[in-house]
Amino acid sequence: MGVIKIDKILNILLRLVEASKVTISLTVVAALLATLIAFISGILLLNRHKIIRVFVRTYVEIFRGTSLLVQLYWIYFVLPLLGLELPKFTAGVVAIALNYGAYSSEIVRSGFLSVPKEQTEAAKALNFTPLQRMRYVLFPQAIRIMLPGLGNQIIELIKGTALVSLIGLEDLTYSGVIMRTNDIADTFIIFILILLIYYAISTIFASGFRLLEKRVNVGRA
Amino acid sequence: MWSWSFTFKVLPKLLSAAKITFIATILGFLLASFLGLVWTLLKRTKIHWISKSTTAIVEFIRRTPLLIQLFFLYYTLPNFNIRLPALTVGIIGLGLHYSTYLSEVYRAGIESVEKEQWEAAKSLNFTSYQTWTLVILPQAIPPVIPMMGNYLITLFKETPLLAAISVVELLQEAKIIGSEYFQYLEVFTLVGVIFFIFSYPSSLLVQYLEIKFKSPAEKRI
Repeated sequence: MGVIKIDKILNILLRLVEASKVTISLTVVAALLATLIAFISGILLLNRHKIIRVFVRTYVEIFRGTSLLVQLYWIYFVLPLLGLELPKFTAGVVAIALNYGAYSSEIVRSGFLSVPKEQTEAAKALNFTPLQRMRYVLFPQAIRIMLPGLGNQIIELIKGTALVSLIGLEDLTYSGVIMRTNDIADTFIIFILILLIYYAISTIFASGFRLLEKRVNVGRA
Repeated sequence: MWSWSFTFKVLPKLLSAAKITFIATILGFLLASFLGLVWTLLKRTKIHWISKSTTAIVEFIRRTPLLIQLFFLYYTLPNFNIRLPALTVGIIGLGLHYSTYLSEVYRAGIESVEKEQWEAAKSLNFTSYQTWTLVILPQAIPPVIPMMGNYLITLFKETPLLAAISVVELLQEAKIIGSEYFQYLEVFTLVGVIFFIFSYPSSLLVQYLEIKFKSPAEKRI
């Protein structure tokens, strides 16, 4: 009897792990895009032209001020009516990246703000090009301030990916819900396993960020 | 494309569904504030296994998606003969999830109270209950009220997830209306606008409070 039960749990676990591939690829793609958006908009929030700042600020506040699920529904259900139909995975990536990109842009902005003004002046005095200034002077100092915040955001992003199940993308959550309807008696086991898998994924990403933090802080007190 | 007559026709329906959103937000936040304090105090007990297991549970809840937690509560509680309305389950889910964030907020507040305050309470022979209620908490809570406000706004924006467990809140009502008339543009946009109207001014208020609540010592720096 006990053996059958363990067999069953393993079987459920294997199917869930299979489904978590979608969750993980969604996480990786959306996180990369969100980071790109965060850096672009975070830097633009410090631009000297007011028009650019207002424009980017509007994007950030709209995506922070409404709900991720509402944004996801809007992108998936409303955009097709306006002539832009996105596949589920793409819609998920776009919504998640725009949402967490908006949150993270504040982290990027304050990270760059924390670098003393003299650093920019020194780089200018040494005739660094703007790109060199960013690459060798500002970025290495700002990233140390940003990493803890960005690490927290990645955990939020991973949890946010679960919402794509509500537009029918077959991720970890979706597969679990489907499995449950076929096997109501196993509801408890299925959901505990899903929670554990999400916990494992979040913990792996969180540890990755902690390693990164150590790396950028090498040689500093 | 955009129909104003349809907009005004559905707006009252949406606003009445928004009531459920507000009930869930307020009750969920009250539960989160209470449980968060419980976690913080349990984490500080000198009984090792209690503080360790509280830390582990809190971390687990925080690193797993709210959506799965809602499914878990909604589908497995009946197995234990606990039958609750979907809204109640939603409020418990929201409260439990955000209690883990508020626990960190309380911790920050408590740690900001000077060591001398503890010593003073001790020398006045206060019981531990008196120390907490008369000395520590009255000093620990006010500085973190803006941070709590931020989480209130975040919790508000997460209420659409309750739609997944069949609570007819704002987003679910929009979806129902949308599928009835097959007109998603107006309803989903309105939901976004309603969320924005409430969350954006609130976040400005929180920013204002953050400046106001800064301790005189901090202001001097």
